[in-house]
Amino acid sequence: MRLLRLLILALTLSSPLAAWAVQPDEILSDPVLEARARVLSKELRCMVCQNQSIDDSEAPLAKDLRVLVRERLKAGDSDPQVLDFLVARYGEFVLLNPRFNWHTALLWLGPPAVLLGGALALLAFAWRRRTAKTDSPAAEMSTLTPAEEVQLEHLLKNSEG
Amino acid sequence: MIPELGHYALVLALALGLVQAIVPIYGARKGDAVLMGVAGPTALAQFLFVAASFGALIACYIQSDFSVNTVFDNSHSAMPLIYKITSAWGNHEGSMLLWVLILSVFGALVALLGGNLPMSLRANVLAVQSWVAVAFYLFILLTSNPFLRLPEAPFEGRDLNPLLQDMGLAIHPPLLYLGYVGFSISFSFAIAALIDGRIDAAWARWVRPWTLLAWIFLTLGIAMGSYWAYYTLGWGGWWFWDPVENASLMPWIAGTALLHSALVMEKRNALKVWTILLAILTFSLSLIGTFLVRSGVLTSVHAFASDPMRGVFILMILILFIGGGLALFAWRAPLLKQGGLFAPISREGALVLNNLFLVTACATVFVGTLYPLALEALTGDKISVGAPFFNSTFAPLFIVLLLAVPFGPLLAWKRGDFFGVAQRLIGAAGIALIGVAVTFASEGGGPVLVPFVIGLSIFVIAGAWTDLIERTGLLKVPARTALARARGLPRSAWGTAIAHMGLGVTLLGIVGETQWGAERIAEMKPGESVSIRRTEFHFDGITNRQGPNYSELAARFTIRRNGEEIGVMEPSKHTFPSRSMTTSEAALMTRGFGQLYISLGDPNPDGSVPVRIYQKPLVLLIWLGAVVMAFGGTLSLSDRRLRIGAPKPARSRTAMQPAE
Repeated sequence: MRLLRLLILALTLSSPLAAWAVQPDEILSDPVLEARARVLSKELRCMVCQNQSIDDSEAPLAKDLRVLVRERLKAGDSDPQVLDFLVARYGEFVLLNPRFNWHTALLWLGPPAVLLGGALALLAFAWRRRTAKTDSPAAEMSTLTPAEEVQLEHLLKNSEG
Repeated sequence: MIPELGHYALVLALALGLVQAIVPIYGARKGDAVLMGVAGPTALAQFLFVAASFGALIACYIQSDFSVNTVFDNSHSAMPLIYKITSAWGNHEGSMLLWVLILSVFGALVALLGGNLPMSLRANVLAVQSWVAVAFYLFILLTSNPFLRLPEAPFEGRDLNPLLQDMGLAIHPPLLYLGYVGFSISFSFAIAALIDGRIDAAWARWVRPWTLLAWIFLTLGIAMGSYWAYYTLGWGGWWFWDPVENASLMPWIAGTALLHSALVMEKRNALKVWTILLAILTFSLSLIGTFLVRSGVLTSVHAFASDPMRGVFILMILILFIGGGLALFAWRAPLLKQGGLFAPISREGALVLNNLFLVTACATVFVGTLYPLALEALTGDKISVGAPFFNSTFAPLFIVLLLAVPFGPLLAWKRGDFFGVAQRLIGAAGIALIGVAVTFASEGGGPVLVPFVIGLSIFVIAGAWTDLIERTGLLKVPARTALARARGLPRSAWGTAIAHMGLGVTLLGIVGETQWGAERIAEMKPGESVSIRRTEFHFDGITNRQGPNYSELAARFTIRRNGEEIGVMEPSKHTFPSRSMTTSEAALMTRGFGQLYISLGDPNPDGSVPVRIYQKPLVLLIWLGAVVMAFGGTLSLSDRRLRIGAPKPARSRTAMQPAE
């Protein structure tokens, strides 16, 4: 399945294909700001690529966004301010980690709901079985069909002989 | 002539598939042994015809027969032979043919090895298997025929996508498909059990080896794909939470859950209904994976509409098998009797917990992968769900799960003693705490999570061995006695320990790579050096070379550690004139379990080259852990008790040999 990913990549980036992200000339001289820029870049989507962050992508748009992020950081923006700025410009699509709102509620609450629901179902199941207590040890064994009885006898005989 | 023969063989396989899909199941209903007996020979014949068809396709590629459309699109006469062969499945049509080939292999294996299955179960299983096969034969013949000819044969082919001209293509898709498609057996067994309306521990005994086999292949296939992306894509990542990757991860997680629940069913005759449901879900996820990747729906919702035939066809297959399977389940599952009771703290309880967390993890990946598609289709809103989402939701689940892993195998069936087990794990916990302390001391601060996760992985590894050490008495009796006891232990006990250890090994690799990795990005001219920690990378210069179907620009780096030369690395760029594409070939140097990694950017006019250099400590453990897991699975598979119906203490050597 990986190969399709490669294919898509190859098709979307028809220009020389070296998967090559952050360029040396983009790097900020201030290591603290640069580190923040790298962290932010991993949260932002390269919108013309297949599921790549701007940190990973070498598309021209990703480069523009990386430069933009660094410009905002140099201008003194905090990390959330940078993200807000980009969302205002490009929409929620730019965030790889979607924000919680009524559109993404199912996304964020779905997995915990499965965990919680599963746990509750298990508890209910255990409780029901404890109160029912109908199972005798004999009921655990499934019965064999007459044909299987014959087969079993046959097998036993064979293994003895 | 050869392509026509291949095409014809596939049509014949379809005809056989139709017979196998209908006759045995009718025979099973009527109790007619002759009709039921049809299933075996048809399954074998199907395999022969699909193999012939696949062979014909390979022959077209080897001969570079460009009159065949797919060969023209994906091959080139100057490619090395191995890539000519692998390019047969490096495209949609050929990979679907590989899919059905593997499906027919599994069908034939059930026919060959299932001699001691109850007659009606065997007939039903093979019939269901054939339903799946027929659907996919039709899909290939109607929408994705690899044998279509061009009206005029071109002189030269368009070449295989350069990114795919790699040994990875020879190994990764076949392994992955063996895993995906292998789960079809569990599915067929589940459906057959529902049709019969009865199921017992013997059923689980038959299903478990097949599930295990598919799981082993899928584990290796995913690991191989991850390593391939790591060295090919050139930025050193090994997992991207890409939808295509998630498509293979979901069946793996569900398959892992299925392995564990089938264990409960086999040993304790409990969790029957749940195991059946998981078997259906696991193969459904394999089908969904195929749909996601093959329909083009991932590229965008609109790409799906631009080639609707294929997408709609696979969607119909999905609805038919998943919907049908679940409907059958809802209808027939109440017939299945509930089995053995167990206390919450018990081996069964631990395995239920395992299933709860694995299913939640699987649901997380499922929701995260499909949510953007669903939201866009329903509301038109575009959102992205990427790595940060998956990391933050998936990691907590797996941390809890991993904490519980060492406890599971130590708990007794039916009623376990949690504090007793905790006491037995004190040794493992002690070793893990030492690991935490050492990491904490050497890190001197840093994220608190790192020492904790290191400790967790050590706990998983040491915990996995606790059971074996106790059972062999390694620390109490003389080494020779312990060795003798170790030989006497069932292989499945070894398999469990080793597979669980593999989890810890992978986790260790992940922490090492993500937390201790270092990166340098620089423009370098020949003669310059950069250093990461105490390793110096000296750029010697650039050479140009000619490959079989590409031209190569290679940069030479001399690597020194503490001033001492330890080797030479040559990252390069390959330019393929046939597709006017350039690929970056990273250079890797393995040092212990870590690697040095260099990839090149495009050279600048002034002679400097942008270079990305990584130091990745412990990175190999990520994939080694997967190999260890697969090895554990293989050991377990070779256990005498797991061999499909082996009643005698036979000295048979091969795995999964039928009795008789």
